[in-house]
This record gives sequence, C-alpha cells and structure tokens, in this order.
Amino acid sequence: MVNEFLPIGVLIILAVALAIVVPTLGYLFGPRRYVPAKSRPYESGMTPFGPGTRRVSVRYYMIAVLFILFDVEVVFFLPWAVVFKELGVPALIEMGLFALVVVVGLVYAWKKGALEWE
Amino acid sequence: MEPGVILEWVIKSVVILISMTAGFAYTTWYERKVLAKMQVRIGPNRAGPFALLQPVADGIKLIFKEELVPAEADKLIFNLAPVITVIPALIVTAVVPWGGVLDINGFKLSLALTDTNLAILYIMTVTSISVYGITLAGWSSNNKYAMLGGLRATAQMISYELALGLSLVGPVLVAGTMSLGKIVEMQQGGWFILFQPVAAIIYFIAIIAEVNRAPFDMPEAEQELTAGYHTEYSGMKFALFFMAEYAKMVAVSMIGATVFLGGYLGPFLDIAPWLGPVWLWVKVAVLLFVFIWIRATSPRIRYDRLMAFGWKILFPLALANVLVTAVVVAFMGGK
Repeated sequence: MVNEFLPIGVLIILAVALAIVVPTLGYLFGPRRYVPAKSRPYESGMTPFGPGTRRVSVRYYMIAVLFILFDVEVVFFLPWAVVFKELGVPALIEMGLFALVVVVGLVYAWKKGALEWE
Repeated sequence: MEPGVILEWVIKSVVILISMTAGFAYTTWYERKVLAKMQVRIGPNRAGPFALLQPVADGIKLIFKEELVPAEADKLIFNLAPVITVIPALIVTAVVPWGGVLDINGFKLSLALTDTNLAILYIMTVTSISVYGITLAGWSSNNKYAMLGGLRATAQMISYELALGLSLVGPVLVAGTMSLGKIVEMQQGGWFILFQPVAAIIYFIAIIAEVNRAPFDMPEAEQELTAGYHTEYSGMKFALFFMAEYAKMVAVSMIGATVFLGGYLGPFLDIAPWLGPVWLWVKVAVLLFVFIWIRATSPRIRYDRLMAFGWKILFPLALANVLVTAVVVAFMGGK
C-alpha cells in the first residue's frame, strides 16, 4: 500500500527541484537594471492610482461556499462508484436519496439567485 | 527495498518530467503551427527545419530577460506562486499507465510509474492545488487587473471542477475501480467513450475551462484584463505560468485519453507491447489538436454566461449522467 505512493513521492521531489531551478536560471542570467517606473503596477500605460488590492464582489465568496458544499458531495460519489457493483440496488436507492439532497440544495441556491451574476 | 527499485522510480520520474516539459515546449510549437494553418498564415518557420527549434529559442530568450517585481507586491508569495502553479501540472500524470509490461531479456519493466487504486482521486486532488497558485499570483501582484484575473480564474476553475469530478464518476461506475491501469484494461472490450459519451463530452468541456483555454479564457481576456493573473510576471516566472498551462493541457489530454479513449490500447499491441506509449501520445496529439481547433474557431463567451453554463447546465447534466449510469449498471449487472 505504501509502495504505491513512494514513486509519486520521488516524482514530487524531482518536480519541486525543477520548479525551483527554472526561476533560478532567470535570476542568475537575467539583467537587473532598476528604474523606479518599472516597479509600478502595469495598467496599460495609465498612471496607477489607489491600492492594488481592493474589495471584491461578494459573488466570488458565494461561488466558493457553493463549491465547498457541492465538491464535498462529489467526493462521496467516488468510493460509492467503486463498490457499486457489489452492493447493487440498495446502494442505488441510498445514493438516489443522497443525490436528491444535493439537487434540493442546488435548486434552492438557484431559486435564491446565488447562481446569477448581476 | 533494493536500490534498483528506487533507481527505476527515479528514471521513470525523469522520463515523465522530460516528457511534460518537452510536451509543453512542443505544444506551443504545435499550436502556433496549427493556428497559422487555420488562419492561412505561414507561422513560425525560421528556427530549424519546420521551426522545430522555435521553443528552444523562446526558452533561451526568456532566460536572459529581466524579471520585474512590482514595488508593493508581496515578494515571497509573488515568487512562490508560479512554482505552486507548475508543480501540480508536472506531477498529475504520475498515475497514468503508458503501456503494459515490457519483457526485456527476462527483466519485467512495467510502463507505469505507479498503479494506485486511488488514481482518479489523486488526479482530482492534484488538479485542485494549482488553483492556489493562480489565486496567490493574482493577489500578491498588487495590480487591479491581476487580482480580477486571479479571482475570475479561481471562480471559473472551482465551478467547472464539480462537473469534472462528476464526469469521472461515470467511468468509475462502469469499471468498478479507480485504478487507471485497470480502467484501461477494461476498455479492451470497447472504449469508455462508447459507454459514457455524455461523461466524455462533459469532461472535455470542463477541462477546457479548467486549463483556462479559449473559449473559456476569461481569466486572461486580453482586451479587458491585459494578461489576467500573470500581468506582472516576466522572464522565467512568466515561463513557469506558460509551462503550467501547456503542461496541464498535455496532462488532461492524457488523462482523458486514458479514461475515455482506451489509453495505451491500439492495434498490434499484443505483438509489440512497446507501441503502448506511441498510441497514448497519438491520442494526446489528437486531443491537443481539438483544443487548438476550438481556440481557432470559437469566440470567448461572456463571464456570466460561462458561470451560468457551468452551474446550471454542466453540473446538473453530470449529476444526471451519474445517476442514469448507476441505474443502468444496477439493472444490467454491469458491462
């Protein structure tokens, strides 16, 4: 069981090394000619004003909450799908009830306008 | 555990990393060539025969470019974000088998780094990590466009991740396992795209949104957000974001080919098992062509419609597909 994941560990170590080496190359070989205007935020030539990070629309927050709700439910489907053939019809009924709860949640969010983007 | 086994893992990991980076480099070349043909242009044709050295030239140019860091950026996160984005793209294909077992003079060489029974779960876990890199990149740049691009990318990716996850449940139901090696073996009777056509279509639409490609490339909509979350990045750090995008394209194509298109299966595999990787990469090239084709053909869709499409059409459809598949599997006794 552990042996299945050790090779992935090896790959992760090598991938991290690669991902660190690449920007280091740019750091070593790239020129550094400092001009104050270069370090200003790029706004298509306009002079930047005000803070760069501002208040964000609450819509994004709503999407994140809905995502957590439904993604947790999606995760439950996977182990169920693996053992489904052994369990048969009772598992189908149980998952049908579970999916019904998911659908009710989705319909509620939909009717409440949580999915609208205006 | 013998040192030979560890050496085998290291060699296979290096092969995966090289093929992902080379895949990234030559996908850019492939894309530029195909787009040029579709738009009746010549495209790159200077560096080497068929411009095959163009990606190398681009890479060398980027190494010698100046890297800018905005004055008010969060330096640590700003430098870390491209690294966080690229690592998942490089490691996600670890569980994909490239072929069966080769027999070289009595030495059994399995053409897969690992065959875990949690492969699908691993893929979903790893792909969701790259969302963090993009959010952090947008947030740490201290640039209005970058932040908007990062937020949009995050919202879009997490919305389509639901449909993506559910579209993979269908094949798992049919196969009864999450191991990609076993899923491929089960497709000897027929590719899963035949039994799960709806799931395959949902998977393909969702991955286009997941890797932020046209027509779902809202996060980097040039006309309104300059370059989205990587506006402030230059030099090799920009190259890392670019690499993440294209390596992810290759990776999701490879996973799609494995789950729906029979993976390494193809003609003559029984007499020449080394053809496995060839068939796999041929399928990846076909899927990448479809990506580029879609980019050349369809205009970008509006952001609110994009989100509505994900939540109101794709997600319920994926859910319905799972339930219908379950009913069929339960009463037909499974294929």
